[in-house]
Amino acid sequence: MTSIRALHQQLVKKERSAVEIAQEALERIQSVEPKVHSFLHVTAEKALEQAKQIDAKIAAGEAIGLLAGIPVGIKDNMCTQGIPTTCASRILQNFVPPYESTVTQKLLDAGAVTVGKTNLDEFAMGGSTETSAYQLTYNPWDVSRVPGGSSGGSAAAVAAGECTVSLGSDTGGSIRQPASFCGIVGMKPTYGLVSRYGLVAFASSLDQIGPFSRSVEDTAILLGAIAGHDPKDSTSLNVEIPDYTQFLKPDLKGKKIGVIKETFGEGLDVEVGAAVETAIQQLQSLGAEVVEISCPRFRYGIAAYYIIAPSEASANLARYDGVKYGARIPDADNLMEMYTRTRAEGFGAEVKRRIMIGTYTLSAGYYDAYYLKAQKVRTLIKQDFEAAFKQVDALVCPTVPTTAFKAGDKSADPLSMYLVDLMTIPVNLAGLPGMSVPCGFDAAGMPIGLQIIGGVLREDNVLQVGYAYEQATDWHTRSPKL
Amino acid sequence: MIDREQVQKVALLARLALEDAEIDTFTTQLNDILGYFEQLGELDTTDVEPTTRAIEVVNITRHDQRVSMSDREEILQGAPDRDGDFFKVPKIINE
Repeated sequence: MTSIRALHQQLVKKERSAVEIAQEALERIQSVEPKVHSFLHVTAEKALEQAKQIDAKIAAGEAIGLLAGIPVGIKDNMCTQGIPTTCASRILQNFVPPYESTVTQKLLDAGAVTVGKTNLDEFAMGGSTETSAYQLTYNPWDVSRVPGGSSGGSAAAVAAGECTVSLGSDTGGSIRQPASFCGIVGMKPTYGLVSRYGLVAFASSLDQIGPFSRSVEDTAILLGAIAGHDPKDSTSLNVEIPDYTQFLKPDLKGKKIGVIKETFGEGLDVEVGAAVETAIQQLQSLGAEVVEISCPRFRYGIAAYYIIAPSEASANLARYDGVKYGARIPDADNLMEMYTRTRAEGFGAEVKRRIMIGTYTLSAGYYDAYYLKAQKVRTLIKQDFEAAFKQVDALVCPTVPTTAFKAGDKSADPLSMYLVDLMTIPVNLAGLPGMSVPCGFDAAGMPIGLQIIGGVLREDNVLQVGYAYEQATDWHTRSPKL
Repeated sequence: MIDREQVQKVALLARLALEDAEIDTFTTQLNDILGYFEQLGELDTTDVEPTTRAIEVVNITRHDQRVSMSDREEILQGAPDRDGDFFKVPKIINE
């Protein structure tokens, strides 16, 4: 798979045109989609149109940016003007946004070629992309397994070579977990680094958009293109955005890395544990000082998250009322019936379950016991991380306790699906940057991911650790046979 | 713990018309999930401040200026039902 920089070189040296690159991606989509099903909508015409514009610029001798002419996939919970945005939900089946999200606008401005909108768990709620109302997406490494979720379509598309990079969103692990399952790089930036304007809200205090790619360098390039202050998002951080590629150095001399002790306990798959331990030894041989770090409240993250996220979701999803956009049942007698039946038929089981949990935990009499308690536990988890980052530059642990499971394995038991997020959730609760990089394969040939976590706005450390590790290993160079 | 009747009440608050079978399933599943939450009781949070946002930003203001977003017709076209420039809904009060 060709990197952003290599494609850029081909374009500026006029070895290939942007149209040829777009056509190659579209042909790949045609050939592998029947097996993988990453995309909900492929926007072939639009992609070729965008590519033509880049070719015209090159022909006119204009300078083009690194992302110009690069095929990208967009998770279908980011609003794209004039292109359906369904969130993989029936309730938004006919929704065509009248505006563009900030991230996709930035990509359009950078000349990126958007090949389509990718599948996800409905409203990004799930860890396997199986709650999509439209289709199942399969793992390119073994099509009987899930790609992870919720950004499973974006991860599978990059792993299958259907686009060079893609965007996902991560509320409790929805970028890092599918990146781990699909053997690619996936990063959730610091909360507020990337604008959420136009990202369909799930849990607003946790949601963050980030890149998927085949290499850490491509993630650094894409992150630089989408990060930055946006007045349209009141939680957007007003900070200087560096050139993230300057942090890509091949060694880790002088870096101190902490291993989160509590992540190596019960429930961790033996092969995953072994691969991550080997990776940690490699970090050491790259010059890093490795120490053990305790985050004693880490394991309470899941319980706190599954109160906070559904609570926020129950409020955010109250807007789907069948009035201003989206689906509506046609035969309601009165307004109340229209609301309740439109929502009952428009939402799938997992979304309804989370709306129910959130409505309950926010309801009178239970607020203190659940929501307030969870927010206080969130503070404790944050404090564990703050203490850790006084001692180290980055933390590492497995991204997921297991490799990708078989489709259908966990979909009947919601709680077992929630436990998959054990290692990724605390990072969202604390708003920190986290990235998964490939660090091995299990005996079944399924990819394993190493999670690298940085302090607030310390994407530099995360990228440096990830890049140095990647340069010393060749896991990222393997591709699934489809 | 949550019983069937409470699940029905929550469904009404959430504006979800659940079928009987769904109410049964949710009663069992919500009990499992709420049971899992009980572990939070192991942590003493007496003097702990709640965290509402991961990264705190304060006093975010903007100028009180009108900005037109997009074409009114484009927005109205997305409506399930309309009457001219209005969104149309079923009657609110039964006769």
